[in-house]
Amino acid sequence: MSNPRILGIAAFLLAVFVLVPVFINLTGRWDFYYTLTSVALLSVAAAGVWLTFYIGRINIGQGAYALTGGYVSAILITQYGVSFWVTLPVAGLFCALVSVVIGLPILRLRGVYFAMVTLVLTEVARLTALALPVTNGAKGITSIPLPGELSLFGLTIIPDFATLENPKLAFYLMAAVLMVLTYLVLWRIVNSRLGHLCRSLQQNEELSASIGVNTAMLRVLSYAISSFFGGLAGAIFVAISQSIYPSSFVVQDSVNFMLYCFVGGLGSVFGPMLGTLLLYFGWDLLSIAKEYQLLIYSGTMIALMLVLPNGVLSLLDRKGGRK
Amino acid sequence: MTAPILQVKGVTKRYGGLTANNDVTFDVAPREILSVIGPNGAGKSTLFKQIAGFVTPTTGEVIYKGNRISGLPPHKVARMGVVRTFQETTIFKSMTVRENIIVAHHLRSKASLLGFFFGTGQAQADEAEFAASADDIIDFLGLQAIRNEMASNLPQGHLRALGMAIGLATHPDVILLDEPFAGMNHDETMRMVNLVRRLRDERGLTVLLVEHDMPAVMKISDRIVCINFGEKIAEGTPAEIQANPRVIEAYLGSEDAAIGM
Ligand SMILES: Nc1ncnc2c1ncn2[C@@H]1O[C@H](COP(=O)(O)OP(=O)(O)OP(=O)(O)O)[C@@H](O)[C@H]1O
Ligand SMILES: [Mg+2]
Repeated sequence: MSNPRILGIAAFLLAVFVLVPVFINLTGRWDFYYTLTSVALLSVAAAGVWLTFYIGRINIGQGAYALTGGYVSAILITQYGVSFWVTLPVAGLFCALVSVVIGLPILRLRGVYFAMVTLVLTEVARLTALALPVTNGAKGITSIPLPGELSLFGLTIIPDFATLENPKLAFYLMAAVLMVLTYLVLWRIVNSRLGHLCRSLQQNEELSASIGVNTAMLRVLSYAISSFFGGLAGAIFVAISQSIYPSSFVVQDSVNFMLYCFVGGLGSVFGPMLGTLLLYFGWDLLSIAKEYQLLIYSGTMIALMLVLPNGVLSLLDRKGGRK
Repeated sequence: MTAPILQVKGVTKRYGGLTANNDVTFDVAPREILSVIGPNGAGKSTLFKQIAGFVTPTTGEVIYKGNRISGLPPHKVARMGVVRTFQETTIFKSMTVRENIIVAHHLRSKASLLGFFFGTGQAQADEAEFAASADDIIDFLGLQAIRNEMASNLPQGHLRALGMAIGLATHPDVILLDEPFAGMNHDETMRMVNLVRRLRDERGLTVLLVEHDMPAVMKISDRIVCINFGEKIAEGTPAEIQANPRVIEAYLGSEDAAIGM
């Protein structure tokens, strides 16, 4: 790793874990924690979508997995008394498993066909949540307790959130840690053989098969990792809002995850993170434009895609910057 | 003839009412260079696709070293040692020449994908080996000058060579080259003819190739199989094929003009 890159990463970690809390402490803008926590979690789900893009599939169905992960966590906590910290990986794994079953048939589709099917998935997930007894229909699941204590061999690693005087900060730190870990994993995937094979798949599936790549397996694997991220993000969202409804994640959310990737850039691992940040804050800032909010937002999106089809981060590449 | 390495047995492929291959049968000896010729649309590529696992024969089978490979998916056939290059230029566009060849070493990896993720010792050893082997192939094919060139920027002749390099990176026993000389001028073709010979002589490969460039085919082949309208109409040495009336008729009857010699 080159020195500027290490510096960049250090600056980023410093900003996330030190500067932001200090800034919020000084200004007293505690609501910022909620915003930034959302950005971090949305960017985790978007990271998954980005990985499906990386194998050449447009994924507009991440909302389905966020919803599924949220329900898995909520049900385990409220009905089986399982610790939130256990439900977190379980929610991710459950989503990964579901995505394997769904992915096996639908990942054969390409282009707009795959995109359309994934678009439907979010709606299917919503309707399923409405219909199943275990999800409690339209009433959803509410009054979910805050994450409890996480201890290992009697040693408290994470204290009970309910005992904290500032759970907002705790959620922020949790989401930020998860985001950092997610992008670390993503970065490692992309820069290891797995990523090279994904690129080969994206560029030429037939050739990829002919050099011995089990393309069907690789597609499903990427999709499963993608859905795992979606499930994790969903589970934490539910922990924060302490409730989940069939409409907690809708088609609009799935579309947004995809847009975050587009805007940030498909060529860079950190594209979806930047895209989430820009679009989330951009949308909020535009609220001053009142009824023109959506118009300006959409117009800007179209303009961005025309001017920077490879995302905002492609600006760095143009200057001969890093990848 | 020694025991065949590859046997095509009664292979028939139907697409609806169209019979692309009809009961095609022939054997390939180890370290042989065998060409499949025939007019446009005769069913040559379809035959290769069936050998390499991209298309399943309607009836009939392909046997490789005693095992049936027809009907297996391409990555399994490749794993067993039978690899195809494509008639259409197929490369990984957004990678450099060297990256193309390195990624094609996938079959040679000993480390698992998880091992590569964590960068284990085995994974690092694999990567080093792939890089060395890729440089080897680059030298062998004389691609040194363009090793770091983006594949999408290459001219046709180099694309063909890169396609072959990708095939070689899998370290196959049998390589199927679909029109490897297409789009090349005379000098380039002659250079490639030599390379294909050296594949057999120095690397011990068995080579099957489809080609329309008759002088090159005649020069390079040990044996030739001629297909017309999906059916095998002749098989033999270049001299036998050139003298075969059915072959001459097939070519005279097509737009390809005479079977150039
Ligand atoms: N997937 C397919 N579906 C339907 N018909 C097909 C399919 N693939 C090939 N064919 C038909 O089968 C016949 C043989 O095609 P093939 O590509 O094998 O010919 P070829 O001998 O390689 O020709 P060329 O010299 O032009 O490459 C053609 O008539 C073609 O249209
Ligand atoms: Mg052909």
